Amino acid sequence: MEPKSWIRARARISPYEIVFWIAAAVIPFVFFEHYLSLAASVAVAALFCISLDLILGYAGIISLGHAAFFGIGAYTAGILSARGWGEPISGLALAAAVSALAGYIVSFMIVRVQHLALLMITLGLSFLMTELAITFDQFTGGSDGLQGIDTWKLLGIWKFSLWGHTAYAYAISVLFILFLLARRIVHSPFGLTLEAIRENPVRTTALGAPNRGHLQKIFVISAAFAGVAGALLAQVSETVSPEALGFQRSAEIAVMLILGGTGRLYGAILGAIIFMVARDQISGFYLQYWYFWIGLILIFVVLFMPRGILGGLERLARIGRRS
Amino acid sequence: MNSLETNNIGKAFGKLVVSDNVSLALPKGARHALIGPNGAGKTTLINLITGTLAPDTGTVLLNGEDVTRLEPNARVKRGLSRTFQINTLFPQLTPLESAVMAICERNGTSGHWLSGLSKHAEGIDEAHDLLSKVGLGDDAVKPTRDLAYGQQRLLEIALALASRPKVLLLDEPAAGVPKSESAALFEVIAALPEDISILFIEHDMNLVFSFASRITVLVQGAILTEGTPDEIAHDPRVREVYLGGAHHG
Repeated sequence: MEPKSWIRARARISPYEIVFWIAAAVIPFVFFEHYLSLAASVAVAALFCISLDLILGYAGIISLGHAAFFGIGAYTAGILSARGWGEPISGLALAAAVSALAGYIVSFMIVRVQHLALLMITLGLSFLMTELAITFDQFTGGSDGLQGIDTWKLLGIWKFSLWGHTAYAYAISVLFILFLLARRIVHSPFGLTLEAIRENPVRTTALGAPNRGHLQKIFVISAAFAGVAGALLAQVSETVSPEALGFQRSAEIAVMLILGGTGRLYGAILGAIIFMVARDQISGFYLQYWYFWIGLILIFVVLFMPRGILGGLERLARIGRRS
Repeated sequence: MNSLETNNIGKAFGKLVVSDNVSLALPKGARHALIGPNGAGKTTLINLITGTLAPDTGTVLLNGEDVTRLEPNARVKRGLSRTFQINTLFPQLTPLESAVMAICERNGTSGHWLSGLSKHAEGIDEAHDLLSKVGLGDDAVKPTRDLAYGQQRLLEIALALASRPKVLLLDEPAAGVPKSESAALFEVIAALPEDISILFIEHDMNLVFSFASRITVLVQGAILTEGTPDEIAHDPRVREVYLGGAHHG
């Protein structure tokens, strides 16, 4: 194939994608009206998962503390609203900025370490932020969570109601816009450079790449994405508690990404859908067994589908096409 | 002015001296071979020149500029490029993607995060030309991990060339290449642009003597002798090193 068209084909929008997004926009409203709040939290989780995919799937930076940035975004938007400014979109923008700044500060440490040290630093960061949120209770409401969030009408028109129509429309719109941005990033020269660093940092250095600078940049971008996801949750649920920053949320988002498949963006979305919907359904029957099932699924996927469920499906499709 | 100079480069790990006052000078267009038994410190010298190791003493000059304190990637930007003895590639990327990445890094577009890769048409054409020149044109869009070993060695060279070096360091370019694939590799090496200065480590004496105009013999981190291929071939001390007890791989 001609090289330029091959490169173009890498980034071409497939019909499946268009079908997927139309379905995501329509199906919950038409068929699952009682589950719109769940659908909104799935969209939030998917956005958070995409932010992790940007660093883990594309740049190879492992994190067990990414909820730190999710929580910073959530508290930023929440505190802003509780103190009297509940306009949602400017709240998202401020949350993105604050999370990006936090990401920038942390990134100097992150790009200097690897493997176990990286896990410990990100984990430590998550613990640290949780404790800070509990300690500074005059701002955060401490362990009881932040009270008094009031999200204003979206664009001054649509009220956030108990039914979640506005919440889902808002969440899926933000997810879609930031998904397009993430898609643009991973198909840019910068995205390719990140993949190369993930594959072999020794070689990228030998080709003149400032690895640390590139990695810091994607870390900041990813922190901003996580911050927006956190802010979305704060705005639609009108509550933030310290668990938004915690280890469990960090671990769950990593599980979602591994389940769905890293380094393909849609894996992040698929993982979030499967995890969140399964939790909702299974925990309806027997709450205490939820982690049993998710543990079982996780082990199965990692053993038999090392590239995640989406990676496994792609392989099946390829085998199907060949035979 | 020499393209590459090392002045009394020294490096020791504890009591083990791995580089002992090594001075080399490569004029523009040089074809300079570095030979010596295993453990003579040849790859160490390459690492000292590229900056992955810091020397204890001495300086490295690149086109007259002292680069001894510069980071490895900053040296690449100043025209120093290398290949690796053991393939150091991007297994999941295709040769085309690898070369495009290298070219974007060279021309300063690697940080562009909002423009599509396909907008960089010149870089893609250049990458494909480069790959075609080393004979990888037909396999440019296969994942690197699926290429034959000899093809991966060729990609090593193509990637090093993508940064448009003035000085190229080849660390055993023919290492491990089966006889059936070595002719293609020799051809590529012989056809490298004349104005690039090349320092290469090689154990294949056919390649060394057909390609080098100067040869430096390194033993236990120090220069034993330097000369033309003819002088080296007839130097009794070199014969001693290679034939008398000391073995090489």
